[in-house]
Amino acid sequence: MGKISLEVNGEDVELDVADNTLLIHALRDHLRLTGAHMGCDTSQCGACTVHIEGQAIKSCAMLAVQAEGRSVTTIEGLADDGEPLHPMQQAFHDNHGLQCGFCTPGMVMIGIDIARRHNVPDAATVRHELEGNLCRCTGYQNIVAAIVEGAAKMEAQP
Amino acid sequence: MYDFTYHRPASLDEAKVLIDENEDAQPLSGGQTLMPVLRARLAMPGALVDLTRIDALRGVNMEGGRIVIGGATTHAEVAQNEQVREHCPALAALAGEIGDPQVRHRGTIGGSVANNDPAACYPSACLALDAEVRTDRRTVPAADFFTAMFETALEPGEIVTAISFAACHDAHYEKFPNPASRFALIAVFAARLGGATRLAVTGGGTGVFRWQEGEQAVDRGEDLAAAPLDEGRFTGDLHASTEYRIHLTRVMAQRALARIG
Amino acid sequence: MNVAATAPKFGQSVKRQEDGRFLRGKGKYVDDMILPGQLYAAFVRSPFAHAKISGIGTEGAATMPGVTRIVTGQELAATGLPPLPCGWAITSRDGVPMKVGIRHALAMDTVRYVGEPVALVIAETQNQARDAAEAVMVDYEDLAVLTDITDALGDGAADIHPDIAGNLAFDWELGDESATEEAFASAAHCVPLTLRNNRLVPNAIEPRAINACWDAADEQLTIYMTHQNPIGMRMFYAAVFGLAAEHKLRIVSPDVGGGFGSKAHNYPEEVVVAAAAKLVEGPVKWTADRNEAFLTDAHGRDHLTDVELALDEDGRFLALKVDTKANVGAYLSGSGSLVPTYMYATMLSGQYVIPAIHARVRAVYTNTCPVDAYRGAGRPEAAYVIERIVNVAAERLGIDQAEIRRRNFIRDFPYQTPLVYEYDSGDYEKSLDAALDLADYNGFATRKAASKAKGKLRGIGVSAYVEACGIGPSGKLARLGGGAGMWESAEVRVHPVGTVEVLTGAHSHGQGHATTFAQVVSDRFGVPIENVSVIQGDTDRIQAGTGTYGSRASVGMSATLRACDRIVEKGKQIVAHLMQVDYDTISFEDGIFSSTDSNVTIAFAEMAFAAHAASGFPTDEIEPGLVASSFFDPPEFTYPAGVYVCEVEIDPDTGVVNVASFCAADDFGNVANPMIVEGQVHGGVTQGIGQALWENALYDPDTGQLMSASFMDYGMPRAGGLPDYKLVFSGVPSPSNPLGMKGCGEAGAIGSPPAIINAVCDALDVTHVEMPASPEKIWRLCRERETA
Repeated sequence: MGKISLEVNGEDVELDVADNTLLIHALRDHLRLTGAHMGCDTSQCGACTVHIEGQAIKSCAMLAVQAEGRSVTTIEGLADDGEPLHPMQQAFHDNHGLQCGFCTPGMVMIGIDIARRHNVPDAATVRHELEGNLCRCTGYQNIVAAIVEGAAKMEAQP
Repeated sequence: MYDFTYHRPASLDEAKVLIDENEDAQPLSGGQTLMPVLRARLAMPGALVDLTRIDALRGVNMEGGRIVIGGATTHAEVAQNEQVREHCPALAALAGEIGDPQVRHRGTIGGSVANNDPAACYPSACLALDAEVRTDRRTVPAADFFTAMFETALEPGEIVTAISFAACHDAHYEKFPNPASRFALIAVFAARLGGATRLAVTGGGTGVFRWQEGEQAVDRGEDLAAAPLDEGRFTGDLHASTEYRIHLTRVMAQRALARIG
Repeated sequence: MNVAATAPKFGQSVKRQEDGRFLRGKGKYVDDMILPGQLYAAFVRSPFAHAKISGIGTEGAATMPGVTRIVTGQELAATGLPPLPCGWAITSRDGVPMKVGIRHALAMDTVRYVGEPVALVIAETQNQARDAAEAVMVDYEDLAVLTDITDALGDGAADIHPDIAGNLAFDWELGDESATEEAFASAAHCVPLTLRNNRLVPNAIEPRAINACWDAADEQLTIYMTHQNPIGMRMFYAAVFGLAAEHKLRIVSPDVGGGFGSKAHNYPEEVVVAAAAKLVEGPVKWTADRNEAFLTDAHGRDHLTDVELALDEDGRFLALKVDTKANVGAYLSGSGSLVPTYMYATMLSGQYVIPAIHARVRAVYTNTCPVDAYRGAGRPEAAYVIERIVNVAAERLGIDQAEIRRRNFIRDFPYQTPLVYEYDSGDYEKSLDAALDLADYNGFATRKAASKAKGKLRGIGVSAYVEACGIGPSGKLARLGGGAGMWESAEVRVHPVGTVEVLTGAHSHGQGHATTFAQVVSDRFGVPIENVSVIQGDTDRIQAGTGTYGSRASVGMSATLRACDRIVEKGKQIVAHLMQVDYDTISFEDGIFSSTDSNVTIAFAEMAFAAHAASGFPTDEIEPGLVASSFFDPPEFTYPAGVYVCEVEIDPDTGVVNVASFCAADDFGNVANPMIVEGQVHGGVTQGIGQALWENALYDPDTGQLMSASFMDYGMPRAGGLPDYKLVFSGVPSPSNPLGMKGCGEAGAIGSPPAIINAVCDALDVTHVEMPASPEKIWRLCRERETA
C-alpha cells in the first residue's frame, strides 16, 4: 500500500508502512506512541487496546493499513501532558487501579469503551466486560472499582 | 509475519477480481482469527483482500421473515441490531458473547462462518436456525456448508456475502466457556422451529453438528439425558475429555431448553 | 520555603506518586526503546525436549536480507563464556555437594527442554531476524524424554545430564529424623496425605526484554533489561561472565511490567544477547513473545509430596514428616536449589507448635523448563502441605478446622521452630478471630443450606500461613549456603531548596516504592511528599543494592530511614552552629529544628540551604553538602502471617467451582500504605486462586511439549468469576527493622491455595483434590459422590 493517511489522537498523520505491519507496530515503532503494549501473541491480553472511531479494538489483531482513513485514539490522546487526566485515568489513580502499569493503557481504553456502551455499569457488568484484558498485578478488584467510578464521572460530565 | 500484499476493494466485483488475480489470495474480514494465525507464522497468504469496507456486505435486513446479515457485519453490530434483537434475541445474545468486546468490534459473522472453528459460536446458530450461507456464487444451506472442522463447502476464492437466519423467538444459546481461551468448551444452540426442536452443538472437537437424537427425544417428550449422543463427534484434549464434553452437551442442551420453556 | 508541618504519611493510603506516567501511556519499558542503529535478535529454539544436536547449518540463513550475524553455542564458548551458575550451594544428606547439570547459554551438543535456545540471529528488523531464525537448520537426534518427577527418579530412567545418576541434583534433609520417628511411634493418630503442587507459569504481562549495546571506544557495555535486580545483574554479568569489568557495565531496568520473581533470575537469553551485542558492536534488542515466555520464563512450584502428621488424643500436633520431590526442570536455575530447600522446608512448621519435624527434599532433573522463584517461592508449597494436612487431620479427628488450628497455634514469641527459623512476632489467634469474623464463619451452615436448596454444594476453607520475608540477614544466609549479601542500600540526597532524592537498589515493578519510600522520607524530614523523588534501576546512579523479591522492600525502606536519620543528625550539628546553641539542646520534629535554649526555629529546608551555602558553620568540622547513605542488613527475617477463609459454591452438574467469598486477615506488622498493601494482597490472592482453580503448566509426558503454552490453553485469572475480597490487617510490629514492617507482596499467593482447596474438599466431603480443581475433575468427584 505504501503511504496511508489516518487520524491519530486528533491529528492527521501519514504513515509509510509495509502491508504486513500491525497497527500496534505502526503506533509504537513509527509514531512512537508506546502506551499500547504487546503482551501476548494470541490477542487475548488486551494490553494493546486502542480505539478506532471510538470503539475499543486490539491493535495487535489489525493491520495498520486497515486503519486507513479511520480515527485512532490511543492512551496518549486522552489528556495532554500537563493537562488534567481524563476522568477514567483519574479514577484509576484514585482507586489504585494500577500497579506495574503495563496493562493499564489497555484497561483505561476498554474502561472508556465500557462506559460508552453501558453508561453507569455496575461491578458485575465491568467484570464481565473485562473478558479481553489480563492483569497479573491487581487481581482486578481495584480496576473494576476504577471503571465503575470513572464511568460515573464520565456520565456526570456535560 | 510473512510478507503479503494488502488490497481493499470497494465492491464485491472488485474483490472477486483481486482474489482471482492473486494466487494464494485470502479474504480478510475482521481478522480476529487470521491475525494471530499470521503472527504465529502458521499461514503464508500471498495477498489479503479486505472485505470490511464493501458496503454491500454490511448490515442487517429482513427478507420474507428471515434475518439477513451481511458477511462483514461485526459481532457487536449484530448484538446491538434492533431487528436481530426483535426477531431472534438469542442470535443477538450469542453475538454479544463471542470473544470479548474488542473482538466483537472487529470480528465478523462471515469470517466466523467461513473459518468454521470447531469451538466457534455462530456455526451452531446457523445449524439450529436453518441458516443459508450466501456467497458471491450461490446459496448453500447451513446443513451442507459446515463440512468438517475448519472446512466448509466454500470453493477457493468464494466469498461469504451474507447469512440468512429463520426468525425465531423460542431459542437460546448456552455456552460453557473454556476456562483458558473462553471459546466454547461446549455450547448448544437450542431452537424451536416450525414446531420442531433444534439442538446444534459446538465445541465437541470435530466440528459443529445437530444432535438429532436429542431433538427427537425432546419432541417425543423423552428424557434428554438418555438420548444417544454419537461419541465420534467428540474429542478430548487437555481441557476436557470426550466423556466430559458429552456430559456437558447434555447439560447445556437441558439448560438451553429450560430457558426456552 | 517549604512549610514543614505535614501530616504523617506512613500508615496512610497516600495516592501513588508514580501513577501519572503510566496512566498517560508514558511509562518507559525496555521494548519501548529504539536505539540509533538498532538491531533485532531472534532465537532458534529447540523443538525437542531432549535431543542431541548433530549439526547446525547457518549458511542459508546468514545470507538472508538484513541478517547481521548468527551466533551458536560453540562460537560463544570460544569467546570464553562459561556456563550459567546456580547461586545456592546445597549439600545432600550424605555430605555430597549438589550435582549441577552444565547449562550453557546456548545449547552445545544437547538440548534438554522444549524452547532451549540453540542459536541467535541478529538482523536489521525483527521480522528479518525471525525469518532467518526459521532458516537455520539444526539436526537433532531424539533422546528419551522425562517430564514427570516419578518417571525421572524411576529405575532405569535415562540420565538427562552426564554423570548425574538417577537425575538427582540433591537429596537433602532438614530437622531431626529420629525425634520425629519416635514421636510418630507413640502418637495416637498418624494422618498421611500425598499431594502435588502444580507447575505454574509466572506470566507477568510485560514479556522479558533486553536491549544491549557495546561501546567499543570506551569498552563499555550498557544493558537495558526487564529485571527486579539490575545491580545484582551487574555483579553477575561482570563477575561471572567477564563481559566487562563492573565499572564498565551499566545495567538499567526502567519501568518493569510485573516480575513475581520471574524477572529476578539470570537467564541464558539475556546473557546471549549481551554477548552478541559485543560481537556485533551495535545495540541488539530482544523481546520475548508470549510463547517464548511460556516456554522459557522460569516456572514455579511443581512438587510431589508425601506428608504425615502425628497427633495426640486431643488433636495436638506431635510431629510432622515430609518427603518432597521437587521438579527443578532441565537445569538448576539461579535459585533453583534454594527455593525447594531453605525457602520451603524451613516453613513447614506453619503457625503451629510441632515439637519434631523432619523434611526430606529430592531435587529432580526433568526435560522441562527450569523452575525458580515465583511469587512466594517455596513458601506457598510449604503452606499448602501443612494447611492441607491440618484439615485432613481435623476431618479424621472430628475437630472443626478453625478449632484444630487454635489448639496448636504458637503463642509465645520469639519462637524457635525445629527448622532453622525463629519467628519474630505475631498473634495468630487474633488473625484467626478477625478472619472468621469477616467471613461470618458461624453463619456458614445457613449459607450452605441456601446453596443446597439451589442444587449447589457449598464449602468453607480456612488456611493459616506464615512466611519468612525481609531477607537477609546476610551472615545467616551465608551459613545456609547463600553466596551474596542480602542487605539493601539507600542514598538520600537533600538539595539546597530542601527537595530530596532517594536512590535505592530496591526495585519497584508495581509495588509503589516511589510512594512508600517517599512517605518514610516525608515523615522523617517533614517535607511534602511531592518534594521527594525515588530513583531506582540504573546502576550508574545507584550506589549498590540487591533488588526487590521475597517481599523485602522493608529492608530498603529501613536503609532509607537510617540515611534520613544521618541527614537529621548532620542537620542538628549545622543548626547548633546557626543558632549558636549547644548541640545537645537541639531537637527536630515535624520538619522544624528547635533548641531548648532559643526561641528561634529553623525549618528543614533552611538547614538544607545552609548546608550547601556552607558559610554558617566551620567546614573543617562539618563538611558542606547534605548526602547520607545507609546499608541496612536486617538482624533477622520478618515473619508475616495471616488467616484466610474462603467459601466456594460448586455446580455439581458442570463441576464449576465459584469462589463465593474470600476473606483475609493479615499480620504484615506496620503497614506503610494500606491502599498499596491491599493491592498487593488482591494480586497475590488472585494468583493463588489461579493456581488452585485454573493454572497448570502441563507437559506431554511422551514428547515433552508444553501443552498449555499460550493464553488459549493456560487458564489465567480474569476479572470475571472472582469476588471482591474482604481484607483486614491485624498487625503486630516486627522487631527486625526500625519501621516494624514484615512484608506483604507474596502473602496472598501463599495463603490462598490451601484455603480454596480446603473449601472445595469441604464442599465435596472428600479428603483431597489436586490443583487445579478444574471443572472436569470436580464433576467426576461430584458424580462419584452421587453414586456413593
